[in-house]
Amino acid sequence: MDNILSIVTFIPAIAAGILALFLHGEDVAAQRNAKWVALVATTVTFFVSIGIYSGFDPSNTGFQMVEEGRWLMGLKYKMGVDGISVLFVLLTTFIMPLTILASWNVTDRVKEYMIAFLLLETLMLGVFMALDLVLFYLFFEAGLIPMFLIIGIWGGKERIYASFKFFLYTFLGSVLMLVAMVAMYADAGITDIEALMSHQFSSESFSVLGIYVVGGMQTLMFLAFFASFAVKMPMWPVHTWLPDAHVQAPTAGSVVLAAILLKMGGYGFLRFSLPMFPVGSAVMTDLVLWMSAIAVVYTSLVALVQEDMKKLIAYSSVAHMGFVTMGIFAANQQGIDGAIFQMLSHGFISAALFLCVGVIYDRMHTRDIEAYGGLVIRMPAYALVFMLFTMANVGLPGTSGFIGEFLTLMGAFQVNTWVTAVAASGVIFSAAYALWLYRRVVFGDLIKESLKAITDMSSRERLIFAPLIVMTILLGVYPSLVTDVIGNSTAALISNYDTALAAAEAATQTAASH
Amino acid sequence: MIQADLTIILPEIVLAVYAMAALIGAVYTSKDGLAPVLVWATSGLMAVLAIWIAMNGDGTNVAFNGMFVDDGFARFAKVAILLSAATVLLMSHEYMSRRDLLRFEYPLLVALAAVGMMMMVSAGDLMSLYMGLELQSLSLYVVAAMRRDSAKSTEAGLKYFVLGALSSGLLLYGASLVYGFTGTTLFSGIIQTVHHDDISIGLLFGLVLLISGLAFKVSAVPFHMWTPDVYEGSPTPITAFFATAPKVAAMALFARLLHDAFGGVISDWQQVIVLLSVLSMLLGAVAAIGQRDIKRLMAFSSIAHMGYALIGLAAGTEMGVKAMLMYLAIYVTMNIGTFAFILMMERDGKPVTDIDALRQYSKRNPGNALALLILMFSLAGVPPMLGFFAKFGVWQAGIDADLFGLVIVSAIASVIGAFYYLRIVFYMYFGAENEDPLDTRSTPVLWAALMGSAALMLIGVFYQFGVEGAAAAAAATLVN
Repeated sequence: MDNILSIVTFIPAIAAGILALFLHGEDVAAQRNAKWVALVATTVTFFVSIGIYSGFDPSNTGFQMVEEGRWLMGLKYKMGVDGISVLFVLLTTFIMPLTILASWNVTDRVKEYMIAFLLLETLMLGVFMALDLVLFYLFFEAGLIPMFLIIGIWGGKERIYASFKFFLYTFLGSVLMLVAMVAMYADAGITDIEALMSHQFSSESFSVLGIYVVGGMQTLMFLAFFASFAVKMPMWPVHTWLPDAHVQAPTAGSVVLAAILLKMGGYGFLRFSLPMFPVGSAVMTDLVLWMSAIAVVYTSLVALVQEDMKKLIAYSSVAHMGFVTMGIFAANQQGIDGAIFQMLSHGFISAALFLCVGVIYDRMHTRDIEAYGGLVIRMPAYALVFMLFTMANVGLPGTSGFIGEFLTLMGAFQVNTWVTAVAASGVIFSAAYALWLYRRVVFGDLIKESLKAITDMSSRERLIFAPLIVMTILLGVYPSLVTDVIGNSTAALISNYDTALAAAEAATQTAASH
Repeated sequence: MIQADLTIILPEIVLAVYAMAALIGAVYTSKDGLAPVLVWATSGLMAVLAIWIAMNGDGTNVAFNGMFVDDGFARFAKVAILLSAATVLLMSHEYMSRRDLLRFEYPLLVALAAVGMMMMVSAGDLMSLYMGLELQSLSLYVVAAMRRDSAKSTEAGLKYFVLGALSSGLLLYGASLVYGFTGTTLFSGIIQTVHHDDISIGLLFGLVLLISGLAFKVSAVPFHMWTPDVYEGSPTPITAFFATAPKVAAMALFARLLHDAFGGVISDWQQVIVLLSVLSMLLGAVAAIGQRDIKRLMAFSSIAHMGYALIGLAAGTEMGVKAMLMYLAIYVTMNIGTFAFILMMERDGKPVTDIDALRQYSKRNPGNALALLILMFSLAGVPPMLGFFAKFGVWQAGIDADLFGLVIVSAIASVIGAFYYLRIVFYMYFGAENEDPLDTRSTPVLWAALMGSAALMLIGVFYQFGVEGAAAAAAATLVN
């Protein structure tokens, strides 16, 4: 199949179109049909996407399975995957059927709900595969619309505030990125991502509005992209939209947000910031590393005092994303491999944790930690699953969480020991809040009247968790599964980055000696 | 000689003669009874003329010693003007007739306004510019006050007239200064005498006054004050008309004047346009947030959109003019759809303009709600809707002309602006239950306009029906 990437990307969109055009009515049968269409479509997408994985050649560091076509205003439609993006594609197709399954109890506007999720999947897949600036922006930005609607229509009580905050925060970040993209186009005359990676943007320092900008254009462009990706990640201090969005989003929305949408930020750093603006990245490295370290410690502490389970997990997500940015900007093999690993692993773990919250929320309709306690007595299977993912979240060796944190810390240690020391303390905090949460919810006496009749997980719920458990443990004991695929691409990324920095250095020295 | 001239302005003559003949005919026959026929006939004629201009136009033809220019740029603008005016006229038919507003003068005034606009975009001389502008404006003043028994409508017409007269005064004063310092009113003469090195202060004054007068017509800040009141006060179909064709005409005239007459002193007017653009975008974005009335909201939205279109003009390049023309074409399409929706907003047969009334509209009319959702995201400039590509085009032109600051400000303004478009979506989809829902009444014309414009926002991403190529050709004839 020559255009397998487009096929994978657009299967969900086609399914959404079928739902929109051919499915009518709000009765139970129509709702069931909508769910089944969505489930089948996402599952088929997953199985087709395995074809991408099996056709992928890890030893090739370039883009593979590239498709190219003309598009309007001199723009191009170009898709392709490399070692950095291929696993994100699989993560997306893997998570989506689970989110549909997790939404089986939705009763309000089921058809629209499924359409929103299917469109969202298409747009997310497009982000990871697009090889044209504008196409990337299009997918990146359009993903806001379904997510805005998902939070706004099917969310909790404060959903309006959360959905607006989510939209405007991310929109502000991304229009600045768009301005930088237009500037890149003006400078290089192309929008092809592959070609832009080998384009040298000027890194000559200059003054603008009385401020001396080290690294010149590259630093400015880096900052514009940073505005977008840092919000998406999200990095401290622009993370405040995330807890609100998570708390208000329906369970499946939280899962997609945590497991996939947040990864777009990290992916963006790897795809754009490091390879295209090496000098700009180098100038800003210290700042980003410290922001990451602060994020890890600060949000862990904030997580410690949360009353709401989803909010706690949301803050823990921000902390874990701090490890990712730290690894990326360490810019060495361990750091970047670790960052990608951490993103994938967090994709499974955070998805599972939000699903865990969803399981008891569906039964009790509250996310207050206070309202629970002693669940192990009535729900042993649930307690086991929750335990596994709590441990994975803490980073227990043997789970995938450990590998990611360990590699990023190791990478960062070679660059900045102080940052690493601060961030490493975050590991302890994460153990504190995660275990304390687990203790308060699952252990203790079952004294609350309302909990006495709670039932354990249904077979549907067990089915959702099974693949996540498998992946978390598999990656924990056999990490080469990931690092073998990404290794060569990240190595190439780093060597290009170092070469570009050395060249820029040499250029400055020649300029100075004249 | 005269015959050649007349051939060039034949479309204008046809439309003008039709309007006058129909006026006399209707007065002597059944008067308002003829109005429905005239609406369809006027729309039909304008559509036919649009197709005629699009098909037959070729090259640059100059009539009456340069007073009237028929080139690719003028043809592009004329087609956009005629098609949007014809569509809006059809959309208004049912609304106006149910409210006893459908007088036979209405379609004819619109036709005369269209003649004025066609004159404007073809002007090659300060005098023909003024003639076209006044023909258009005078028709619009009357149309704004169409509902004579409504205080608001009368107020709108009067306000529009008084402020419009002021702006015409500014324009005329500017024109006379330009004439005084250059000795000619012909654009082709002015451009030969005005050079960047020796532009005199008096001429600069004239230029700024001309720009102020035109800024008033495109409702750019700080000459925008009339817009919200006139939009709100006029009957909705007339508001729809104000928001579309005249905007295209005024922007095209703006571009024609600045490039054809003052193309040699781009750096002198660029800064003024940049200022107008920045102020319009910011005010349009911020002031609309507090609006509860969808017509006022659309007024501020149009102010903001003119600000974005002005970026293309500020660039002062061929790329900029092309981006501006694309922006206008897309803007007009979006506005037609949005106003078709506003025309459907009724409760017990009375028009409603409060956005509160849209609460949970999506439950009762999912199709229309989805179309409006697409239009709102497109107006906000969110991809993959066509509205994004409109903004992308002007930003590209802006960056190309090194206007980084302007582009960044416009990016920020577009985020602020997104808020109020989103709020409409929010009311339709997330709002609390509405005890007093809107009627789900619609007419085939309105429905087709709404759905067509929403569909174009998506289809346009893949296929633009040759508009892009035409805009590029139009820009190439204007800037050289």
